[in-house]
Amino acid sequence: MKSVEEIKAAIESAVPGAAVEVVPNPGPAAQHSLRIAPEHAIDIAQFLRDDPELALDFLSNVTGVDWPDKEIAEKVKVTREVKKMVDGPDGKVEQTVQETVDETRKRVEPGCLEVVFHLYSIAKTHGPLVIRMRTKNRSDQVELPSVTPIWRSAEFQEREVFDLYGIVFTGHPDLRRILMWDEFKDYPMRKDYVEPDDFEYEPTPHDEVLKRAQKHKGREQQTGIRDQERVAE
Amino acid sequence: MSLAETKSEKVAGWNRPPVVEPDGEGELLEVAMGPHHPSTHGVFRMDVALDGERVIRLKPVFGYLHRNHEKIAEGASYLASMPYTDRLDYFCSLTNNWAYALAVEKLSGQEVPERAEYIRVILAELTRIQNHASTIGFLLQEMGASGTPLMYAFREREKILDLFESLTGSRMMCNYMRFGGCRVDVSTAWLDATRKVVAGLPGFIDEFEALLTANEILMARCQGVGILKPDLAVNAGISGPMLRGSGVNYDIRKVDHYGIYDRFKFRVPLGDHGDIYDRYMVRVLEMRESIIILDQALRDIPAGPIMDPKAKIRGFRPKPGEAYGRIEAPKGELGFYLISDGGPNPYRYRVRPPSLINLTVLEDMCLGQNVADVVLIFGSVDIVLGEVDR
Amino acid sequence: MDQQLKIELGKQGVFVTTIEELYNWGRRSSVWPMQFGLACCAIEMIATTMARYDMARFGAEVFRPSPRQADLMIVSGTVTKKMAPQVVRLYNQMAEPRYVIAMGACAISGGPFKQGYNVLKGIDRYIPVDVHIPGCPPRPEALLQAFITLQKKIDGQHLTGEDRPRFLDPNAQGEFSVPDQGEHDLEPTSNTGVWPVPITIR
Repeated sequence: MKSVEEIKAAIESAVPGAAVEVVPNPGPAAQHSLRIAPEHAIDIAQFLRDDPELALDFLSNVTGVDWPDKEIAEKVKVTREVKKMVDGPDGKVEQTVQETVDETRKRVEPGCLEVVFHLYSIAKTHGPLVIRMRTKNRSDQVELPSVTPIWRSAEFQEREVFDLYGIVFTGHPDLRRILMWDEFKDYPMRKDYVEPDDFEYEPTPHDEVLKRAQKHKGREQQTGIRDQERVAE
Repeated sequence: MSLAETKSEKVAGWNRPPVVEPDGEGELLEVAMGPHHPSTHGVFRMDVALDGERVIRLKPVFGYLHRNHEKIAEGASYLASMPYTDRLDYFCSLTNNWAYALAVEKLSGQEVPERAEYIRVILAELTRIQNHASTIGFLLQEMGASGTPLMYAFREREKILDLFESLTGSRMMCNYMRFGGCRVDVSTAWLDATRKVVAGLPGFIDEFEALLTANEILMARCQGVGILKPDLAVNAGISGPMLRGSGVNYDIRKVDHYGIYDRFKFRVPLGDHGDIYDRYMVRVLEMRESIIILDQALRDIPAGPIMDPKAKIRGFRPKPGEAYGRIEAPKGELGFYLISDGGPNPYRYRVRPPSLINLTVLEDMCLGQNVADVVLIFGSVDIVLGEVDR
Repeated sequence: MDQQLKIELGKQGVFVTTIEELYNWGRRSSVWPMQFGLACCAIEMIATTMARYDMARFGAEVFRPSPRQADLMIVSGTVTKKMAPQVVRLYNQMAEPRYVIAMGACAISGGPFKQGYNVLKGIDRYIPVDVHIPGCPPRPEALLQAFITLQKKIDGQHLTGEDRPRFLDPNAQGEFSVPDQGEHDLEPTSNTGVWPVPITIR
């Protein structure tokens, strides 16, 4: 198969205006990927499937990945002017000196949701080509175009990504929850998902379970009602 | 969703299931088959709309066995997920182990010693045989051959499970493979026992085939039913015996040459029509090819270590990066996609489940067929709910 | 009746029994399980009915597809929150006397999948369980052992008196509440009539 850079060039010549970016994979697997802009995704997907040389007719895997907002603390060197008493020729003299100080600054890198596609070619028996797409943010702009019209195998997998990550695939014919029930509100595979507190009994609690049990104990002491009685109310 | 809605949505170029018009008058009968239904392979539901006996619409409903495998794996170390992979497709725990080990070996760049590769091939092919035998047994069970073919299949399966148990300590949940090798070495006695079992397998398949292959009822119920066209199969991501039953020559053992499959001589059986009978035949022939692979592997297995000496068990932290590793599991292409952020547990852990994706075309195959055939078509897909829902 | 006298009479060819014993003997020798598999354990359940382990020896080979005809529900595998209402509903549809075997770690407590957001931490939160068998999955021998335990339990049930089983007590609860699937979790998270929330830390 062509290298990722060659495929990038091929896409850019076939789909004018397509923004394609090579994402290197530093690991030993060295499966580099291409990040495409959602605006041209359908055209690019059609090209990848129908191009006689690539012929990536088999969409193997569709994955959602959650990248939460990251708070990055970085050290910045700041130069300030400080007045200091310096030994001069005639005793101490006040002088302005430049001094560099390390300062920690925090900035928040906005998170996003990502979809990863693994493409293979059955006709040419090559692959995989890894394609990625990112949403604008994690809260309100979570739409991405659906590739189900191009590769039918995305149908259930996109529903699963919608169910577990909350990415809305526009153009999907039947976008409903697939694994959880319809009334469910959360997106459980997101990193910030909080599990329901279904208190569980364990004779020898430890770690997480112990923390949870202690939380329940605290509530018992505050209210004076034991869990058992409260549920019975 | 009503029928009218289904028709109104037209996406250009979309390989959608055909619309079947009810021909008679009167109302459609909506039947929910499952999640507790004698003909389903587990907790699976099909919402079927029937016009008399004909299926007009079929919507599969999943999630009744969604056990949060991926979420649990993202909170556990790499090795701690190995026992969970056993429980994905609980018929074929060893191939699941292999797929996961392969993905992690790609992620961390580990090598597998030759003897371990041979052991993996032997175990994977034994798994394939017992899976295909059980699948055919269940298919016949759903056809109404209550019990007997399944008894034959399980008799043979028990012999193979005895081998698994004596090697790994468990009948079904083997938890055997490790990153860079295998957990325990096989003994000469085990290899001899395996040779004995493998020597008995062709006789079993002959017996099985004498009962089934030319059976009039089986042919009448299976031939020309549930046809899957090759172009749709490729487009819908179908893999495994279903894809080959439709005549597409694609076997990951031949394409990727993962492990040491390039050393063995075997053929890839292909179907002609893509109906249930072809899928059945492909499975029978694959069992025969597996025996040929087993014979070669049991003959050539070398002595040597079974673990990569550089492999790290404790404090295993792959470098940041990602990897997608896949194998030809008995059900189809089983893949694991892992993203590492350098920590002790994977940042993203994804299973590419062949059972779920093979169900994409269930509706296409069933539309217009009789409701009794839906059960058969569903059985011929060969799914395990642990893998569909994870 | 005196056991010794009974044995003596037996030697003379006179068979003496009580209605209770005869009734329980009949019940325990034809327990029909429901054809109901959830997950991995279901495969071991099928293996138990197959030729090698042969559950028919205990009079339980007839797996009934309908809950109306079944006496025994083998909860074989992980009960998820999506499936739990259906399991309770199936149990409600079974006719008394009915028994439940919780097969495997998942059915008992959630097992290895206990941390999962969609996994019910034990089916005994909603329905009464008669026999628990641990194991992941339990071997077919373990299921047979559970079955023998259940037979012993049936044998020991008295038809009259305070400790008579539920199906002979007109005031006993026969229907168990089916949980609703809420926005985040099942509602309620357990049936306190069946499973009082235990206190962990003292």
